[in-house]
This record gives sequence, C-alpha cells and structure tokens, in this order.
Amino acid sequence: MRKAITGHKAVAEAMRQIEPDVVAVYPITPQSEIAEYYAEYVHEGVVRTELIPVESEHSALSACIGAAAAGGRVMTATASQGLALMVEVLYIAAGLRLPIVIALANRSLSAPINIHCDHSDAYLARDSGAVQIFCENAQEAYDYTLMAQKIAEDEKVRLPVIVNLDGFTLTHSVQVVDLLPDEVARKFVGELKPLYPLLDVEQPVTWGAFAMPDYYFELKRAQQAGMEAVPEVFLKVQKAFSQISGRPYSGFFEGYRLSDAEYVLVVLGSTAGTAKVAVDEMRKKGWKAGLLKPWLWRPFPAKEIADALKNAKVVAVLDRAFSFGSMGALFEDVASALYACERRPVLVNYIYGLGGRDTSVPDLIKVFEELPKIGKTEWALRYIGLRE
Amino acid sequence: MPSIKVLAEREEKGVRFTGGHTLCAGCAEPMVVRTVLNAIEDPVVVASPTGCLEVASSRFPGTAWNVPWIHVAFENAAAVISGVEAAYKALQKKGKISRRIRFVVFAGDGGTYDIGLQALSGALERGHDFLYVCLNNEAYMNTGVQRSSATPKCASATTAPYGEAIPGKPQERKDLTEIVVAHGIPYVAQAAVSHLIDLANKVERAMKYEGPKFINVLTTCPLGWRTPRDSAIQQSKLAVETRYWPLYEVIEGRYKINYKPKERVPIEEWLKTQGRFRHLFRDPRGKELIAQIQAEVDRRWELLLEKEKCFGVQA
Repeated sequence: MRKAITGHKAVAEAMRQIEPDVVAVYPITPQSEIAEYYAEYVHEGVVRTELIPVESEHSALSACIGAAAAGGRVMTATASQGLALMVEVLYIAAGLRLPIVIALANRSLSAPINIHCDHSDAYLARDSGAVQIFCENAQEAYDYTLMAQKIAEDEKVRLPVIVNLDGFTLTHSVQVVDLLPDEVARKFVGELKPLYPLLDVEQPVTWGAFAMPDYYFELKRAQQAGMEAVPEVFLKVQKAFSQISGRPYSGFFEGYRLSDAEYVLVVLGSTAGTAKVAVDEMRKKGWKAGLLKPWLWRPFPAKEIADALKNAKVVAVLDRAFSFGSMGALFEDVASALYACERRPVLVNYIYGLGGRDTSVPDLIKVFEELPKIGKTEWALRYIGLRE
Repeated sequence: MPSIKVLAEREEKGVRFTGGHTLCAGCAEPMVVRTVLNAIEDPVVVASPTGCLEVASSRFPGTAWNVPWIHVAFENAAAVISGVEAAYKALQKKGKISRRIRFVVFAGDGGTYDIGLQALSGALERGHDFLYVCLNNEAYMNTGVQRSSATPKCASATTAPYGEAIPGKPQERKDLTEIVVAHGIPYVAQAAVSHLIDLANKVERAMKYEGPKFINVLTTCPLGWRTPRDSAIQQSKLAVETRYWPLYEVIEGRYKINYKPKERVPIEEWLKTQGRFRHLFRDPRGKELIAQIQAEVDRRWELLLEKEKCFGVQA
C-alpha cells in the first residue's frame, strides 16, 4: 500500500508490524516522533507492546537489554546525544549478543549544540559491535527496519542493529512509501526464538558475567564471529525481502551508474539521492560519473567495495562527520579496502553537511569537476559548502 | 511470617545463592542475599549492578547464582529489571508465560545512592513490580573504600581520608530511604543484617504489594569499616541500638518503627570500634565532631518519631 508519510511514520509503521514485546524510548529531536507514534499505537491498543517511557536513553537501552535477555523482542530509537548516552550500554548489548534494533535519526553531536543532521552519532558507535545500516530515503528506512529485525535475530548474528536515517531530511519530510500488508510483514519477520532467556526459571542462566584475562579474549573473539556472520545473513535477508516486496535489494551497497564510472562519489544516507541527480547531470555532459552508496557500514564490506571501485580513476569519499585527528572514517574504510588491489583509483576525502548544512546538486557537480585535477591520493581533507 | 525453620527449609530445598563466591571473609552481603531470596517463595529473577556482589559471584565460567541473574553495568540495575519485568508482562499478555515470577535487585550503595539513583527513581515512578534491595555498606568497597553519598560524616574513606586539613568525609550521609519514600511507592523499609528475621518479615510483607518495593539494608563491611572479620553482626546491632540505623517501614505512606531501643546508647560506642573513625579519638577536633554526629543522629531519630506519630500505621 502506497502512502505519503514521513520517515518517522515509516519506521513507526515497521515497528507496529513487528510489534515488539518491549519498546523503551526517551524523547530527543529529531527522533521523538517515533516514540510519539509508538506511544499512540500502545495507548490506542493497536499493539500489545509494553512501552517503557524511561527517564534517559541510558535507561532506554538498559531496559532493552533486560527485556531482550528476558526473552522478549525489543526495539528503541534515538539520536545524537541520546546515542552518546547509550554508547556505554550499546557495547554491552553487543557483548551480551542481544538482538536489539535501534532506529537512529542521525543528528550532530554537541558542542556547539545543533539539532540537525550529520553522522557523528553513528560514527561514535562505529566500534561498538552494533551492525550499522544507512538508508537513503523513507522507503529504505521502512524496509531496513523490517530487515534489521531478521538480521539481528539470526542465530549466527544475535547483535544490536542500528538503522540510520538522516535527521529531518528523512525523518520529517514526506515521501511516498510502499508499505507491506501487515500479515506479509509479520510473516517475514517471524517469531523470535529466545536463547537462554532469564524468564526460563527452570534453567537459570547467569548473564553479564565477569571475565578475567583467562576468558575475556575468547569471549570477545566469539563476538567478532557474530559480526563476521553478518554479510551472509544480510544477503539472505535482502533476498527474502526482495521476494515479498518486489524491491530488488541485492548487495551491501547500491551502485548507481557505477560499472563503467571513472569518477565516483561514495556517500552514506540521504545525500546519495542528491548525488544520483549530480551523476545524471555529469553523464549528460559526457562524464563517466557514478555513485556508490553503502547500505551496510558495519561490518564494512571491504572486498566488495574495493572490487566495485578499483577500476575508477578518482574516487571522492564523502564523510558527514569529522574523525578528529584523522581522515574521515568512511574514507579510511575505503582506503584500507583498496590497499590490497593492484590497480587503485586516486582517493580524496570531502567532509560535508555538518550540523545540517545543505549539500546541493551544484555542490556535488563542483566536486565531480574537481576530481580530474587531483593527480594522486590526498591525505588532507577537502570541504563541501564550508566558508573559510 | 517466615521463621528460621522456614528459611532453613527453603535453603535446603534449593540453594539460590551458593557458596563458592569470592566475597571477603566476614562480609555481610551473602547473609542478606540468602535471607531475602529464602523469604520469597515464588521463582525469582535477580539483577545486580557492578559491585562487590557482582564481581564476587559471577566470575566466568563459574557462578554462585542458582536463579536467573543479570548484570549489565553500574548505574542501571533498576532500568535493567524494568526491562525484564516489562518483557515478562508482555509475554504474559501474549500467553507465552503463565507462572508467577518475582523480580529482585541487589545493589550496593554506590549503585543506588549515587550513580544508579536516576535509574532507580525512574523505575519507581513508572511503577514496575519489583523489589530493590540496597546492600548498604556505606562506601565504594569494591573499588577500594572510596566515599559515597551513603558514607557517614567523618568516616575516613580513600577519597575522603583523614587529614590535617580535613578530618574524613565532611558531609552528612544522604537519607536515601526518605527519598524513596517520597516516590509514594507501596513499600519502603530499613533493615539491618543483625536482624535477619526482621528482614525476612519485611521481604514477605513487601512482596504482598504490586509495584515497586525498596529495602535499605545496613550491610556491614569489616574491610571498609576496618573492624574484625567476626564483627559484622555486632557492628550492625550497635548501629541499630545507637539509633544510627533505625529499623522501620513505610507501608503505603504509613510509618512504623519496628524497634525502639530502650536506652540511649551514645554514638561514640559505635564509632570507637571502627577503624574508619579512629582519628576522632586522637584528633583534638574529635570531641566536637562526635558531638555533631550525635546531634544529627538525634535529629533524624526525633524526626522519625514525629513522622510515626503523625503518619503512623492506623490501628
């Protein structure tokens, strides 16, 4: 069913269809509407979920951990400082191998305080052990929220999954979203099979044990195995979802006019939509321009992305956050991925769109026009739309 | 009310917290934990924040817990149990679970009075159905006797040591029990490890109520208090006799003092047996400081009597 709705509503609708046992959520701009929609579903009796209106994001994720360990299906949503507050327990959710889906309405981190979009919140959780997926539009936010539940709950994975959607750009703008019928979505997500639930009082289990140097390393290695299982599961879930939705999700990233491209942008999230228009404009002018938009950011599909980029002439990686003291995080990922290739493109790193700074089609055309002049890989940052 | 016989029978039927943990010799925590768990007949799920009990009971691959138990972090036990309890309710609604399960938190004073206070307040306000037991040993014992807001005035702690300029902790201890009372939950009590039947009775009474229940248990720590290993019970008894730690309940807002010492035992009697207060008996400022401590003990006791008088349990 096609509906004109915001990204928030799209995520909330996916959550309604999933109908988790527990949703624990705390308000923060630009996420609050997910919490509001869901509270409405609960208070109207549309879902049987236990809603925990917690007193902080730290408690939101802590309650999710308790509920997931108890054997329930759980979800939450947050943004920016809220995720920053959650990060301590996000590492623990991953360490305890709990399948918690978190919708992240991407927003900048303070200071200065700012409510608009960039990816510094997602980058903060980069090494947390959570799977991270980025969405270009509200449709993808809906689709990947459903898929995230399947990925998180796969027995090989059992990890938290963050579904990133750009704050305001996606959360608040109205787009046409094709929603699956409830029964189709529910059948796709299926039932959660709890593992070692706390509520199984006949078989008591100790969760969150204390591990000294004699065991800590092995337990963290086992966690890495969960992350290593993600790519295979991701593709399997995409395939199953494509069959029920008719939307052809296939692979860890979307390539747009990429196969023969000489000049390529790599960008996460909603700016990929803008980049597609810029690519079309460049193609009209006879440029072999292309785009690579990762859906899956953690774990990083290094080999596949390197294969897709290795024959390009110049690749511009766009990071929507600083990794202070280093090149952008996505740039570092792409550069490392290409290291093993015999033939490598020239790489350049642009920082863009911080604190909601708009990035337009002309901005990206300007980037394309700069690329042929860049003779070798640059280890200094360039900026888009910055006054200096 | 559970007699010693009943508690012992339950312990024999199935030990919920086993030996083999690594808590210190003379630690009062296991006595409180076993008494609380034996006073509850239904199956329980337990959550603990980081602290002595957690570290000493859950070293992988071993565990001292024969009941489902979860530890997540230091400041969030009340939030974690909120999630467990909410999942239980949701699964009940969906018909996936039918048996009655009770939820208990065991947390230290650091994880309750200080870093965990926000999560505790949130869980109390939301009305989750659980019992929160504070194992109050009056400092951060697990990390090496640092001061907490439960540490009594003038006690020497590693982050508030006795010194020439400042003789131990300058501030009074926070009255957390009354802060919890202000949340208007059905059951709040203070108990002490020296009065285990009183504690068991309180647990049994608490568990009759739906919603949050809170018991603040003085849980002596020979290591941190610098007292002999076999003194935990005497120390706790003296704390009650000196009226430093009154045993009382607030049931649906109504106060009841469970034990009123007949004689007024000076606080000095309690202070002088503990290494953490030793300086008070050597330092020239000691006398004045002991008088201040006594005055505060008296003030709080009088206030409690007043509260019982005005808001006592109705006959």
